[in-house]
Parts: sequence; C-alpha cells; structure tokens
Amino acid sequence: MRLALLSDLHANLQALEACLAHAQAQGADRLAFLGDLVGYGADPGPVVRRVMDLADEGALVLKGNHDDMAAHPPPGNTTLGESTAWWTHEQLDAVQRAFLAGLPMTVQDDRVLLVHATADEPLLWRYVYDAQVAALSLEAASALQGVRYVFGGHVHRQSLYYRGADDKLISFMPTAGVAVPVSARRHWLATIGSVGQPRDGSPKAMYALFDTTQAQLTFHRVAYDHHAAAEAIRDAGLPDFFADRLELGR
Amino acid sequence: MKLLEPGSELDGFVVEECLHYGSMAHIYRVHYASGAADPGFPMVMKVPRMAEGDGAENIVSFEVEHQILQALSGPHVPRFVAAGDLERLPYLVMEYVPGRTLDHWLEQPEPTPVDDVVALGVALAHAVHSLHQQNTVHLDLKPANVLVREDGRVVLLDFGLSCHAHYPDLLAEEMRRAVGSPAWMAPEQVVGVRGDPRSDVFAIGVMLYQLLTRELPFGAPVTSGGLRQRLWMEPPPPRRYRPELPAWLQEVVLRCLAPEAAQRYPSAAHLAFDLQHPAQVRVSARGERQHGVGAWFLFKRWVRAAGLHYQPSPLPERQIAEVPIVLVAVPHQDVSDATLYSLREAAARSLGTRPGARLACVSVISPGATSSVSERDSETSVHRRYLTQLRLWAQPLEQTGYQTSCHVLESGDVAQALIDYARGNRVGVIVMGAATHGLKTQRFIATVPIKVAMDAPCTVILVKQTLPFEQLGTVGEPEVDTREVPF
Repeated sequence: MRLALLSDLHANLQALEACLAHAQAQGADRLAFLGDLVGYGADPGPVVRRVMDLADEGALVLKGNHDDMAAHPPPGNTTLGESTAWWTHEQLDAVQRAFLAGLPMTVQDDRVLLVHATADEPLLWRYVYDAQVAALSLEAASALQGVRYVFGGHVHRQSLYYRGADDKLISFMPTAGVAVPVSARRHWLATIGSVGQPRDGSPKAMYALFDTTQAQLTFHRVAYDHHAAAEAIRDAGLPDFFADRLELGR
Repeated sequence: MKLLEPGSELDGFVVEECLHYGSMAHIYRVHYASGAADPGFPMVMKVPRMAEGDGAENIVSFEVEHQILQALSGPHVPRFVAAGDLERLPYLVMEYVPGRTLDHWLEQPEPTPVDDVVALGVALAHAVHSLHQQNTVHLDLKPANVLVREDGRVVLLDFGLSCHAHYPDLLAEEMRRAVGSPAWMAPEQVVGVRGDPRSDVFAIGVMLYQLLTRELPFGAPVTSGGLRQRLWMEPPPPRRYRPELPAWLQEVVLRCLAPEAAQRYPSAAHLAFDLQHPAQVRVSARGERQHGVGAWFLFKRWVRAAGLHYQPSPLPERQIAEVPIVLVAVPHQDVSDATLYSLREAAARSLGTRPGARLACVSVISPGATSSVSERDSETSVHRRYLTQLRLWAQPLEQTGYQTSCHVLESGDVAQALIDYARGNRVGVIVMGAATHGLKTQRFIATVPIKVAMDAPCTVILVKQTLPFEQLGTVGEPEVDTREVPF
C-alpha cells in the first residue's frame, strides 16, 4: 500500500493539484492530509471542496492550527494571521467551516500515527524543529499500541528522525526522490514538508510517499505553477508578502 | 544460531551447502524453489548469527547492509536479490561471485611480487571509486572483504558498517565511538567520523602495505589508546622489510596512510592513477626511507594530533567530483599557437576551482611516427621528443601547484585512444580543442572532438580559440557590426 502524505496545503490549489497528479503517477492508493488546508493562499474554498471530495473517497484528513483559526476566527483583527483567518472564514461556506471544525487532531492507521504538529499535547501546536521536540512526540506516539511511524507537517520542512546506535534521536536530511528504507523494527518520525508553502529556498511543493509493504519513505519535491498561485494571492487582495514568498520558497 | 539443513526451504529459496561459517553470519548457496527461473547468476544467502549473547550491533549492521546493498549497482558489488523480514527471519540473498579474497594472497609464504600488488591495488582502487561515485563509503575494507574475480576485477563485500549519504546512518551516535576493524580503520574513524571516502583510501593503504611486507602498519590494537596511535604515528617504511621495493611504491603506500585525510589521495581514482603511472609519481624523502622517522618528528605530529578536529564530510560523490583527474588532449601537429594557448587557459580554469584536482596532459601520435630501423625515429626517442614538447606546453600550469603529468599515447584512432585513457584512469573531465586533431578535414566529417564528446565516460569541455593573438592582428579594424539591420 502506498500512502501519500500531504500537509500544509495553505489554500494553494495549483500546488495541491500538482502533488495529487504526481502521487497518482507514483502509484499512491491512499491519501492523507495532515492539516492546514487553508490560510495564506488564495483558494481556500476550492481547496477545501477538493479535500472534502477526496475524504468521501477515503482520504484521511487532520486538523491544523490554520483550519482551527479559519473555523473559529479570533476576535482580534490586528496580526497578519488574524486578518487572513477572517478573510478565509468569509471565503468558506457553512458546510466547509463545519468540515474544518470537525476534523480530528490525530489519526492512527495501523502502525502509523498522523499528526499536524506533535503527538504529545497536539493542541499546543509545537514545532518539530529539532531532535528534542521530535523525541517527545515520538515517545508519546510509541505508547500507543503498534505505532512505529509518526508523520507530521506544521514545520514546512522535510526531515526524518530516527534512533542511532546509542538510542538518541538523530535528524536526517532526506534527498528528494530517494526511497529511504524505514524498517518497522525501529521508530521513525518524519516531517513531510508543505504542499502549499515551501520555505526552504526552493519554490517546489513538498509531500511524501510511504510504501507500507516495502517499508520505504520517499520525500518528493514537485514543480508547479507557483507564479499562478502568487498571482491569485495578489488578485485576491491579500498581502503581497504571501505571494512573494511562494516565488522565493521562503 | 542453528545451521540451516541442506535441502530445506526458506521463503522460496532452497538452501544448499554452507560456504562460510563466520563470526557474524553464515553463508549458504541457494537456488529458487519450485522451478522459478534463476536471476541469471548463482545466489548465496547470508544469515546473521543471532544466538543469545550475539550483540545488538550484529542485527543493526545487518539492517545497514540490507539498506545499502539494494541501492548499489555495477560490477564491483554483488547484486542484491531479496531480504527476509528482520523481525521474523533475517537473511539477505545476493549474487554469488566466484573468486578469491585478498587473504589468499596474504596466506602465500612468499611476499607478493610488486607487479601483482600494483595490479591488485589498481583493481581495488577502481572498485572503491565506483562505490564512492554511488555516494557510499565502505568503512570496513579489509582483505576478507575484497574479492578478486578471475578476470582481475575486484568485488567488495560486507556493507554492514558502510555509510550511504542518502540514507540515515543507523550506526551514527551522538557520543561518537569507533566502529570498524582495528587494523584497517582510518584515524578519523577512530574518533567516530563516518562517511569520508578518504577513510577507504587509508584502508587500501593498509592492505597494500600488508601485501608488500606481510606486516600490519599499525598492528591490530585492542585498546582505544592503541587505536589512537595512528593519529600521529608513522609506520615503519615498507622498504625496511623489503629494501628492493621501488621508492615510488613506498611513496604511494605511505601517502595513503597519512594521519590527516587531507594529506592522502583525495580520491581512490587518484591512487589508481599513480599506481598505473609510476614514472609520474613524485618521490619525496618518505618514499626513499628505509628506517623509521625520528622521535622529534613524531612528537610534533603527536602535538598536532592532540588538537586535530575532523570535519563531517560532504556527500562522497560530491567530494570526489570536486577533485577530478582532468585530461587535456594536446595536439602535436596541425595546431596553431592560439589553440595551444586557449587549451592551456581552459585547463587552468577547470583545475582552478578544485584544489586537489590533477592534470594529465596527453598527446596521441600515430603509430607511423615511430620506426624500428631509424635510430632517430625509434619508439623511445620519438616518445621522448613529444614528451618534451608536452612538458614545455604544460610548464606554466605546473607552477599553479597542481599535480601534472604528461603522457604520449600511440594510436591510429585518436578519439578511441583518448576515450580508453579516460575510462582506464577514471578521468573526471576531458578538455580538448573544438577544432583540433584533424584540423584540415574538420569541415567534412565528424571529427575527433565530436566522437570523444559522444562516447566519453565523463564531461567533455570543448575549447574554441579565444586569443589575444588574432586580435593583435586586427588592430585598427572596427569592432562594430556594420551590417544593415532590416528593421
């Protein structure tokens, strides 16, 4: 079984479609969306509609902090995040808002635990930026029966964490397109990157494919029409900053 | 672990006789059960020993070997076939490669003849270079892991301690500890650095030393203090044991064994190059020595070793690509000064950004140029003439500090000679003139540069003459394009 892991779509329809097409070509037979379907991008409505359709066909969908904010926008309207949360809220219809509000924080599927941020205290939306945070998340997940893999998003970067010979967690920078053997003998934690807003200096969209039969995880980078996605943001009257960063991958 | 019975079946493989009882694993011949077609080569199954008391490291290195073996390809590694589930029944099925390990040579009562050692060294270095090009560093090279095929090519075995830059290193630790076989382990491995291709160059040096002298340069230490000795120690020169050994060969072996990785050959291809061109090796005092070095020398090294910091290495493939052997094809006739000048400029440029690169200047002369009757045109004197011509051309480049060597090849097919030379010496870049080697017929047929560019095993840089000379001749002519512009 090949499970495509997509996270942090951020209302970027162009990137989503490119990743879905790529995953299909790679033989993905199941999809998982690890949260942050909306926020920043110009197409929250179409993206949520697309994901809802895929959920009807069996895709797993999780809630991210931006989905939470779009469903229940904060009372203030001062920060950039708050103002776009309101804009996003207004772009969505009631059914879509209810869909976002009702999403689960974590999902366990056999040996895999899916999260948006971390497995320990997911509501705190912690960022897995280093091995210490990853270790806490992995520890909490390992307490669950049979879990070997924790896959998350939220940090917009692709990393793989595993235990070295001395049992300490080590972070590994994957090479795009290379299938990494991840034996179920050990525990693994991966941050799979962001579909809709990559921030590592390359504008290419990120997602990952987990082959459960082969026990291999492949991190992918997918080129898409990021100029069109940036134009859509400018046309929608959202802050230029969100458009610029798509073109720079920052 | 209990031995598998001959004739028993395992995941679709029928077990035959046990070929090897190792301390880490047993190796059996196997074939497919139920008449499934062979993969086209004989197979063996490697089963790790996992009885009570066998270390956890055993199973980790098995995991590592599985990870890496399935990613490798080419004639220098056994082909991967299948692997058993580590939880249930760990095993690896791979190609059975007939041949003898280096141990066979070391078991002979007489020391190995120099020519044989050189041939083994070249084959071994080429195999290791091929591994490095695939982003893998072996890190446990020793005679038992070096298999020599009947055709002389080397196949490397046992990737249980290896490191592949694209995969997480399961043997990595926060508190770095030495992993490897003490006798062949490089100094940086002693302090826990994994992934430097030059660690493998060190191990090759130890094996060459063994073949030449039947001694281990640093012994087989069992304590960490004993292991650390190689961070500053200079082994006794091989010529102490065999005074008749050529100085150039001792120079090569001792360069492999330098404590600092940066002082060794930057890639295994460079090592093979020196082994194949003894006359081009610059022999220093190190090559000539017949007795150990003084205490003062060692003391200085010991002080330096105490403060030595090894840097984590970049991708092996990138590291060796940065120090290519650059071949520049220098025509010996039909060539203008301008072309020679441009070629030299291009050669200097392609070396310039790459410290550690080396330059091989090659001229191909036609077999008709030499004569067995005329003294003046005898092979040696003709070669010497062209070699001198080549050296003169290369002189300005030598001052840049890069290692430079000159070679005259004799062949009727210039392009093929260059391609063969590039392939045989693992050349990384070929620099040649775009309009040289057959200047006169250039306009009518696909000439030498085209053929080389199409068939070369590496990057080819075609140089056009960009010269100060021609411009000198056109002084006074307007540089502006005066053609009419139609719109």
